[in-house]
Amino acid sequence: MIAEWGHIAQILALIVGVLLAIIPMVGSYRGWLNWMQMARPLAQLQFLLVAIAFAALCYAFVQDDFTLSYVAQNSNSKLPWYYKVSAVWGAHEGSLLLWILMLCGWQAAVSIFSRALPLVAIARVLAVMGMISVGFLAFIQFTSNPFETLLPFYPVDGRDLNPLLQDIGLIMHPPMLYMGYVGFAVAFAFAIAALLSGQLDAAWARWSRPWTLAAWISLTIGIALGSWWAYYELGWGGWWFWDPVENASFMPWLAGTALIHSLAVCEKRGVFKLWTVLLALSAFSLSLLGTFLVRSGVLVSVHAFASDPSRGLFILAFLFLVVGGSLALFAWKGAAIKSRGQYDLMSRETLLLGNNLLLVTATLVVLVGTIWPLIHKEIGWGTISVGPPFFNLIFSILIVPFVFLLGVGPLARWRRQPIGQLRQKLLFAIGLSVSAGILLNAVFGDVEHFHAALGVVMGLWVVICTIQEILANQRGNDSLIKALGKMSRSHWGMVFGHLGFAISVIGIALTSTYTTETDVRMQPGDSQPLAGYTVRFDQVGQLQGPNYRGTGGEFSVWDGDRKVAQLHAEKRQYLASGSVMTEAAIDAGLFRDLFVALGEPLGGDAWAVRLHYKPFVRWIWLGALVMSFGGALSICDRRYRLARRRQPSQITAQEVAG
Amino acid sequence: MNKRIFLLLPLLAFIAVGVFFYSALFSDPRELESALVGKPVPEFQLPDLLNPQQQTDVDSFGEGPYLLNVWATWCPTCRAEHEFLNTLAAQGVKIVGLNYKDEPAKARRWLAQLGDPYVLNVLDYEGTFAIDLGVYGAPETFIVDRQGIIQYRHVGDVNARVWQEKLADLYRQAGE
Amino acid sequence: MIKFYRFCVALIAVCWTVSVQAAIDAYPFEDAAKEAQFRELINEIRCPKCQNQTISDSDAGLAKDLKDKTYEMVQQGASKEQVIDYMVQRYGDFVHYQPPIKQSTWVLWFGPFVFLLIAVIGVAVMIARKRSPKAAVGQLTDTEKARLAELMKKDDSNS
Repeated sequence: MIAEWGHIAQILALIVGVLLAIIPMVGSYRGWLNWMQMARPLAQLQFLLVAIAFAALCYAFVQDDFTLSYVAQNSNSKLPWYYKVSAVWGAHEGSLLLWILMLCGWQAAVSIFSRALPLVAIARVLAVMGMISVGFLAFIQFTSNPFETLLPFYPVDGRDLNPLLQDIGLIMHPPMLYMGYVGFAVAFAFAIAALLSGQLDAAWARWSRPWTLAAWISLTIGIALGSWWAYYELGWGGWWFWDPVENASFMPWLAGTALIHSLAVCEKRGVFKLWTVLLALSAFSLSLLGTFLVRSGVLVSVHAFASDPSRGLFILAFLFLVVGGSLALFAWKGAAIKSRGQYDLMSRETLLLGNNLLLVTATLVVLVGTIWPLIHKEIGWGTISVGPPFFNLIFSILIVPFVFLLGVGPLARWRRQPIGQLRQKLLFAIGLSVSAGILLNAVFGDVEHFHAALGVVMGLWVVICTIQEILANQRGNDSLIKALGKMSRSHWGMVFGHLGFAISVIGIALTSTYTTETDVRMQPGDSQPLAGYTVRFDQVGQLQGPNYRGTGGEFSVWDGDRKVAQLHAEKRQYLASGSVMTEAAIDAGLFRDLFVALGEPLGGDAWAVRLHYKPFVRWIWLGALVMSFGGALSICDRRYRLARRRQPSQITAQEVAG
Repeated sequence: MNKRIFLLLPLLAFIAVGVFFYSALFSDPRELESALVGKPVPEFQLPDLLNPQQQTDVDSFGEGPYLLNVWATWCPTCRAEHEFLNTLAAQGVKIVGLNYKDEPAKARRWLAQLGDPYVLNVLDYEGTFAIDLGVYGAPETFIVDRQGIIQYRHVGDVNARVWQEKLADLYRQAGE
Repeated sequence: MIKFYRFCVALIAVCWTVSVQAAIDAYPFEDAAKEAQFRELINEIRCPKCQNQTISDSDAGLAKDLKDKTYEMVQQGASKEQVIDYMVQRYGDFVHYQPPIKQSTWVLWFGPFVFLLIAVIGVAVMIARKRSPKAAVGQLTDTEKARLAELMKKDDSNS
């Protein structure tokens, strides 16, 4: 019964979405106040309905309601309860409902926390988001309904959740990721509303900024979680594969990163308006494009959803409406928008614009790299593959000027920056970072290690420039502490954002260069050297889990006579699906990970064992966390809170939503 | 005004890409064209499945046109297409077989039970000849012309529909 | 012999130790350079049978065959290009994760850089034009400032 209520709520949400898309928009053009005022309650009502639908689906999973086809295919009565809940978004239909829940959540948040916005603006913003929600709700209702039943003939037990997804990483990764994807819908809606009204000004940038930052933070954490999950769960020890699914999340992230910077310039200096609008439209369009690529089956990917052409056709039509429509609006209304600010060739504006262009170039590299095989084949030129060697090469080229500008940018002044005044600081930073790099190369000199040295140089360059920028805030007789105290939160946000980026760059460079991996044959009692450690295969034993059985291998890691770690690697066979999973054992550390995975039995007592030594791999995700922390600091900046102070009752809820 | 043209560029680019997305919806992304089309059948030296003492090579295939069919007993689709291969052989289509990474005894039993549409079967136990042919799964069927040049590769089962719609014409052309 | 490094950085301070390579491997090598080349190759060659995986990551039988072939060729002293050529001749450009540079891939290889070049030139020209002395000096227009101030009800300057 509960599931039926969920289904009804889903249908009602679609209807409310249609009303939300139409009523406030029409009202905003006719100047009908009460029509515009409908926007907020409709948006909140829609969120409530979708939340009911989502809760009903969760309930169906927890209660093992196998009359629902979706539950029967993706759950099993033996599944632990927490995986039953996460199984809700374990496949196409439910993850789509989660996506819609996030979208309506953002919508409701906008309706609550944008009291300061003029009614016309809020009406249009929410109407645009309503249109997007209608598209997705129609998609789920007509092509991918999770509430579809198998009555009267339903199975006694379910087919089980894909074992790859029975993991803490999957519980957290998709919700964060989707929150980021659909979060850009807010910036998108703000951009559309601004284009419609023709009022593309600093106020617009200031309203969009915290929302965009919130989406960007979610996406950053979501991608980092996904990378971390792939690292320990897929059993390959890799953390990024340039798979279309990953690229689909990376493109909006790159565009979103460009967007948060260009919004900052737009807010402070009133320039780059058109560019910023285009980025706001692109960030969300790329999220939608990713959805299309992942869910339509046009690309071959390791973790694509099961798909059929009718779904692909639906999303493509929707993509044409949303992206095509918004870009048409951009072309139509854009000509009227003028940026007035003036700045020199050597100024912070230009440096920021330079990095914006590099980020967009990087986005294009990922975009073209992802869809060119498809185009190449459709034209009839044959099948090609674009993968890690291509992307790594291009990105290692693009990152050099990017990091350089990233260091200089914050040191430069707005409008005009005479190069002479920066010379000393830049030379100091270059000298220090390059000599550290040379030191590395001299001690361990090898052509192979050039990339590691370059990575450290780039990371240090950003760190040194950032520190110099902080110190430059100390003026007159103020003590350093006092000067630091005076820095605004969004200033600190920038500092942490950039430091986080430096940490990731160092991590990527060092992991890529110094990782060692071996596949070896081992029997219990055998020892293997691994990067200065000794890994001993102690014993194997049988395992019995709630919904799987398998083999567990006990390994101990020694540094000389000192035991460093006890590792327990598993090979599981899941009962319902029969699929075999490798559960790697990892001894994690700030400076290195030791990774042991059990492979195939090789006859007798011997097993194939994969051993990895991965230095600094944690820095990649640590950097992402620091970047997100920086973003969070920026959101908490005083000037965004001032606007909220007049709504004291909402502040606590805001914190929850943010 | 040329600003407008610049503003139109993102839309135009999107539409161009969208057209390809549309056409891609109706094609299988996993299908892989053969790199050997237009090239002669590669050289090999392998035993005959039915008579393992006998070595075979490209010349053993004889005059084209013929179908070179890659099959194995572990492949369910091969079983599905076997009946139709028998029909084709009865119609006079020349088919040579490549028994791919299979157990020879099982393969011989299969042919005895289900009928043998092949004029010759090459035993490729290690899959080396299959690698030279660019085989990535079974079944695959190559159309080889009179000059011994590969004209086409079909991946998946050969059935009446595929034969009538596509392969029959190609086979006829290969004979010209 | 391959060196394995333990690498420790406290910003600039560096220390590490060197150890010895594993003795038994699924693909044993005498020559560290060959092993490195083998590792590089199996991480760049795509398994034709699988969804989207290198032959190193894939469990498919064909991936193992191709790994064996790669191992054999590398042991016989084949260069990276020779192994790639061997694979491409049989499986097409598909098999290498780095597409060749040819007319049909120009957009892929150079498209983004052409965009960057045009954009940089465009920006430089735009800034040069704007710097004519007649251009207005203010960052925001007065109406914009007024609107901002009114809407945000803020009193501090927006620097």
